[in-house]
Amino acid sequence: MNPLDKKLFRDLWRLRGQVIAIALIVASGVGVLIMSLSSLEALEETANAYYERYRFAQVFAEVKRAPRSLEKKIAELPGVQAVDTRIAQFAVVDIAGFGEPVIAQLVSIPERGQPNLNQLVLRSGRWVTPGRVDEVILGEPFAEAHGFKPGDKFQAVLKGNKRTLTIVGTALSPEFVYSIGPGALMPDDLRFGIFWMGRDALAAAYDLEDSFNGVAVSLLRGVEPKGVIERLDNLLEDYGGVGAYARKDQISNWFLMNELEQLRSMSTIMPTIFLAVAGFLTNMVLARLIAIERTEIGLLKAFGYSNLAVGWHYAKMVMAMTGLGIVIGWGVGYGLGQWSTHIYADQFRFPFLLFRPGPTSFSIAAIVSMAAALIGAAGAVRSSVALSPAESMRPPAPPVFHKGGLMDSALAVLLDQPSRMILRQIIRWPLRAFLTASGIALSVAVLISSLQWLDSIDHMADTHFFQAQHQDIMVGLVEAEQESVVREFANLPGVLSVESQRIVTANFRSGTRLHRGSLNGIEPDARLQPIYDNAGRVVAVPPGGLVLSTKLAEKLAVGPGDTVLVEVLEGRRPTLELPVVSLFGTFIGMPAYIDKSAMNRLLLEPRRVEFLDLLVDEREQAELFAELKELPSIAAVMLRRAAVDEFYETLAKTLLVYISFFVAFSCTLAFGVVYNTARIALSERGRELATLRVLGFSRWEISYILLGEVGLTVLFGLPLGCLAGLGLAWLMTTAFESELYRIPMIIEPSTYGVGVLIALLAAVVSGFIVRERLDKLDLISVLKTRE
Amino acid sequence: MVSQANTLPETEPQTPSIRTRGLTKIYRTGEVEVRALNGVDLTLYQSELVVLLGASGSGKSTLLNILGGLDRPTHGKVFFGDAELTAFNESALTRFRRDNVGFVFQFYNLIPSLTARENVALVTEIAPAPMAPAEALEMVGLGERLDHFPAQLSGGEQQRVAIARAIAKQPRILLCDEPTGALDSASGVIVLEAIQRVNQELGTTTALITHNAVIADMADRVIIFADGKIHETRVNKDKRRVSEMTW
Repeated sequence: MNPLDKKLFRDLWRLRGQVIAIALIVASGVGVLIMSLSSLEALEETANAYYERYRFAQVFAEVKRAPRSLEKKIAELPGVQAVDTRIAQFAVVDIAGFGEPVIAQLVSIPERGQPNLNQLVLRSGRWVTPGRVDEVILGEPFAEAHGFKPGDKFQAVLKGNKRTLTIVGTALSPEFVYSIGPGALMPDDLRFGIFWMGRDALAAAYDLEDSFNGVAVSLLRGVEPKGVIERLDNLLEDYGGVGAYARKDQISNWFLMNELEQLRSMSTIMPTIFLAVAGFLTNMVLARLIAIERTEIGLLKAFGYSNLAVGWHYAKMVMAMTGLGIVIGWGVGYGLGQWSTHIYADQFRFPFLLFRPGPTSFSIAAIVSMAAALIGAAGAVRSSVALSPAESMRPPAPPVFHKGGLMDSALAVLLDQPSRMILRQIIRWPLRAFLTASGIALSVAVLISSLQWLDSIDHMADTHFFQAQHQDIMVGLVEAEQESVVREFANLPGVLSVESQRIVTANFRSGTRLHRGSLNGIEPDARLQPIYDNAGRVVAVPPGGLVLSTKLAEKLAVGPGDTVLVEVLEGRRPTLELPVVSLFGTFIGMPAYIDKSAMNRLLLEPRRVEFLDLLVDEREQAELFAELKELPSIAAVMLRRAAVDEFYETLAKTLLVYISFFVAFSCTLAFGVVYNTARIALSERGRELATLRVLGFSRWEISYILLGEVGLTVLFGLPLGCLAGLGLAWLMTTAFESELYRIPMIIEPSTYGVGVLIALLAAVVSGFIVRERLDKLDLISVLKTRE
Repeated sequence: MVSQANTLPETEPQTPSIRTRGLTKIYRTGEVEVRALNGVDLTLYQSELVVLLGASGSGKSTLLNILGGLDRPTHGKVFFGDAELTAFNESALTRFRRDNVGFVFQFYNLIPSLTARENVALVTEIAPAPMAPAEALEMVGLGERLDHFPAQLSGGEQQRVAIARAIAKQPRILLCDEPTGALDSASGVIVLEAIQRVNQELGTTTALITHNAVIADMADRVIIFADGKIHETRVNKDKRRVSEMTW
């Protein structure tokens, strides 16, 4: 090993504290990027593989009732590869010991073997036996939530008849990755489950022998779903078709894709910020670190080393520090990526997981970090090698300070000399102080923008579940019924108030823009679930025309006064030309509202309702649940309380895990910056501080001078960080918009406080570590030699 | 021949300021043992100016460091009046330096961010009975340059600021380690004049290390070090004024 390399190793060992601090900064940036990208990559790959292996269909349609003979015609449609028809129904289930009614989505499977499409992954037990009408395979999440095993029995109301069903197995399906009840926002595995039963059994229960009410289609390679959907709609129109839809609108897939979309925003924006911040910090810290090596650089040149050799020596030093960080970041990122993928996979219920991160994210992270570090060091090395050896071996001339300005003010007279030293140091090198303050500011900003998610989500939940909704229970009916049903529900035990809604599936068109969604007809004086604008006001329901969520208006590129073509996909399937009357902001979904009576008129139907909002007296809730369990007409029961719990629980499992990583990484950044700043300041000013010790200053007094400067810089950085945090938060919430969610930008004062406090804590910890070194200053060396 | 003539001429009153007994300092670097001081007994008296001469490594700087409370001996004791310095803990030593000792270094070690006056004030702010910074600077002939920063002063002027900083607290002992080592002759003379003046006007016990034998002529006593021991002590019958010196 040549002497320079030996020097390199010894220098790295001597500077180990800083080496580690720099490596940690680099590792934070690299780690976040790898974690995010690798888990995103893994989830996408897993979802695709799952869909392919278990033949997830590409087009879906529901009908009232169609003969099985139609199957052949569907199969013959151009572009269709395979067809699978089935019977699907919602039913209320009575689970012993569980008070609330449970909604089951019953889906038929062939008695002998897998369906053509949307195949099941049998997780335990066995397939249903031909001829047995009471056997059921349960969705695994539901079975697990209730602790069901094959062999267990429970009761269900199937078309008004109470039946005892036997669980023979548990399964997963690509169709129910996100197993979500009608109208729900988050999976609720206790109250909603998928039940697969033999086709004959379901056909008998629902009088659908030789018929089907659901069809799934896969397409030949390269065929777009649009044409097939049109032909399928034509074919199914006479059988009560509700409009075929592509995989992208299939509910589970839509939720999954939205989640992945959010994850994608998160895994590009957050790591980019982190990597940029880490790059900036590495750059800043290394530049100062090399600047103190000036004497050694002069010495090496005096020995006859060329500028190139000296430059390469320091480049290797920088690469070693950064390289260590990259390797740590790779390791941490890989580990956390795998872990977070498991968390997501757990939520999405994938039967298997493909975690095979490609080289891309690893390379990007390494290249960006290395480049930032080398560029940072290059400037300092260049200016050091530019000096003649004799000059660089001499101590730098005392820097020139000037009087005047701030330091001459009346206020300055009050300062003691150590405080003057601190202030002059900062005023003399404002750029350096500013860069350090920016470093602190960036870590505070990243902290705040990570923590703000909690505030935003709280605000979102509060607005959606508490300000906009006041019902305790929302009941969905199997099909639209006469408005008299409202009175029946009002008479149920504990029901204090009932309001009804009619919701129809519809295509919204404006020019070439299309959105498949639902049109909600609500009562003009609705109080339980009015149209609520997220700015905090209830929007009046106009007698005619639409009230659109801003997100939907944006998608359709319409505003108040424009007309939207609404193709209703149910009943008589009228196409309506409706004016947009007003817009309102929502955080969740992209709903469209209309006056319910106007809607019934337009649908050419008598007054019908499909959803009921109930306000319930809690004391009589149990009795109400018992009654609901007996009602055959119910397809959904949504408890607001449970929805809030699920919302938080689901987010806690995913988003919050990420946020806690981000917070941890931000702390590392803050610590890395402050520690390095203080440590470098110590190297730069060791002699000065030792002189003061010789003059009789105590350790605390010189700590004040060194850490005072760092502390003051930190204090400058904090408000800057709060401001930058606001900017970052805005950037992220804007980028985070999806059809499912708009995250409001809310930063509570306490969040600024927590961010600032964490940064201060990191500063204090690094201050203490540096102070330890201050105690070991070599006082005698001051008397003799220049460093 | 080693002479231990630790006394001044009988005509002067002799109050000991600081004394050492059997002072030994051993540095260990790896397996090598260096005996920097080897049983030194020495007394410095109030108001006297002592010049320490000797080759590099003869132990004079080590002695100065121990006298100033910057280092501890391996064996032996140091007394400051009745107090045993060698028994002091770290903070008591800091206190001792702060209240009683003025240091002047070869390199001036001024704080670049503070003006001449502020560099002196740095010390007067923490000393129990200091003189005004301007007064101290006046004593070293820098009354006109109070508000200059170190970068605006010549080497000799910087060293005089350092002396002013050392004496402004009115220390009992002034320790100077090669104060002229980095200066040209003319500047050196001015600096030494300042030291001599302080010694005479304030009565500060002064110990001055130098390699320059000419400077020894300004001393009351000259102590010559060799191999960690006092090799010779010489009392100057005819002290010269610094202004008469050249080198």
